[in-house]
Amino acid sequence: MAKAGSDREAAVGAAGVETTPLCPAEHDKSAHAAQPARHLRSHAIDAANLPDRREARIAWLLALPAITLLFLFILLPTAAVIVLGFTDFELGYSNWRFVGFENYAELLGDRTFRRSLWNTAVYTVIVTPVSIVLALAIAMLIEAETKGRAFFRTVYFLPVASLLVAMATVWQFLFHPTIGPINTFLALFGIAGPNWLGASGTVLYGLSIIGIWQSVGFNMVLFLAGLTAIPRELYAAAEVDGAKSWFDRFRLVTWPMLGPTTLFVATISIINSVKVFETVKTLTEGGPNKASEVLLFTIYQEGFVYLRVGYASAMTVVFLAILVVLMFLQYRVLDRKVHYA
Amino acid sequence: MTSNAISVARILRLAILSTGALLFLAPYIFMVSTAGKAQSEIFSSSLSLIPEQWSYIENFSKALSRVSMSTLLFNGVVVCALIFVIQIVVAIPCAYAMAKLKFRAARTMMVLVMLGLLVPIHATALPIYVAFDRLSVLNSYTALVAPFSISVFAIFLFLQFFRAMPDDLIHAARLDGMSEAGIVARVIVPNAWPAITAFAIFSVVAHWNDLFWPLIVVTNQDYATPPLGLLYFRAAEAGDDYGALMAATLIITLPLVTAFLLAQKRFVEGITMTGLKG
Repeated sequence: MAKAGSDREAAVGAAGVETTPLCPAEHDKSAHAAQPARHLRSHAIDAANLPDRREARIAWLLALPAITLLFLFILLPTAAVIVLGFTDFELGYSNWRFVGFENYAELLGDRTFRRSLWNTAVYTVIVTPVSIVLALAIAMLIEAETKGRAFFRTVYFLPVASLLVAMATVWQFLFHPTIGPINTFLALFGIAGPNWLGASGTVLYGLSIIGIWQSVGFNMVLFLAGLTAIPRELYAAAEVDGAKSWFDRFRLVTWPMLGPTTLFVATISIINSVKVFETVKTLTEGGPNKASEVLLFTIYQEGFVYLRVGYASAMTVVFLAILVVLMFLQYRVLDRKVHYA
Repeated sequence: MTSNAISVARILRLAILSTGALLFLAPYIFMVSTAGKAQSEIFSSSLSLIPEQWSYIENFSKALSRVSMSTLLFNGVVVCALIFVIQIVVAIPCAYAMAKLKFRAARTMMVLVMLGLLVPIHATALPIYVAFDRLSVLNSYTALVAPFSISVFAIFLFLQFFRAMPDDLIHAARLDGMSEAGIVARVIVPNAWPAITAFAIFSVVAHWNDLFWPLIVVTNQDYATPPLGLLYFRAAEAGDDYGALMAATLIITLPLVTAFLLAQKRFVEGITMTGLKG
């Protein structure tokens, strides 16, 4: 063994031979001590590589649970929702038939559904840009500051880790028209605050404020990771080239270098905004007067409260199509960026 | 001149960050403050944060008596733990097979995973609900956990992580005569702790907070998760007793916030930690 120990690789091979009698490589046990190091190494390679067929079989076995569950809980239900969208299936009724595009035709004329698409779009258009700009600003301020980084990061990230349903309840109190701190505070300056969540004109803004508060921390963490990845030399180089103000440095270095991060953050933010549900269900139930009716809430109402599964499935297909288009757009933009770079 | 300008910029920076931090913390501050106020004081709508009369005990006992908080928190822990463990057990072997074994179906699997990443529970909820209704498994832990047993995000995450692992490590383990399952359990998992920790945080935060799915499959209070339980509590209180409501909110928010404050360091470590040592 002392001789083999001089060659590290052979030592590994020999150790393998000694401790594992089941390994196919070392059936000729008698030889192993006397074998030259080179011979041992070829045995080692044989043992390290599995025969292809056996390897493929093992791979299938390892992946099988995942594949089965993927079919059972993702692919099959997705296919089913598309099929159900063409039926008039209702839970509790045994009779159902294919109705072609009838559900989709009904959707076109459904004022609640159109309202909910519009509200979801408005909510997304408010929450996404504001939460991105705020998150980027906070990330840059934290990055530039040496003191209290961990503290600020924790504080801004806290809402992400907090139970949204619970914090929505707190926001409802903050937004309360008469006893809420926000309107009490506004009253100090003689401003009569609105009935935030109770009036159809302001309810979407109220929900948007909660949405922004909740998502800034998540975006900030992604931006912080992106900022750390920017090489310091680039700022020095920009300074040599005459970029004196912080805005020049931002315009010439930070913003272009953060491009991929920003695109990623934007896509996630948009998708999360389109999926707004918790706050609406907890605080407004789509009201007042359908002013906060959003896509997932409408699907929930139709499918799981009124049990019109077929009709709700058609809505779900529209929802899924929106997600697919958003992802497709992200790939397109990403593709273009790569080509121009 | 220069140092002066820098310190002014710094003061401005700290001022902005602190003001923002205060605004972001405001809901928590008012939650803690209001949970200790009596009903009459809340309705006097003063901005004072310190309760005149400390009513914490009264409000907390009200919160604890209306809805069984221990059941809610227990259900939350059980559901999140089951989901996380199953996701890991299912995803890690699959990701290992795709990353490190010669596997014809790996490419097809990759396409399926990317497709799966697109489809949220909201899209598959209707057929799964109908199926669960037919199988009479609504109102059970099975109904709460089963749809999340597969996480394509986990497969995706671990796949990236495993690809970066050196093949030598696996070859050495094979030389030691380990079976492939043994390699996954004794070589891959111990070296994947950073990825597992990062995924654990992601998974637990997502499912602890989820309202959509529990709302659909659970109508029995015995199986309610924390978000759903709070919804019941709000309904029972008619949303007017803000003192008790804030006390309930505090109880329900505290576990995850505490966990986050403790695990945050690990989360950052998990991302920055690279290499073999784990």
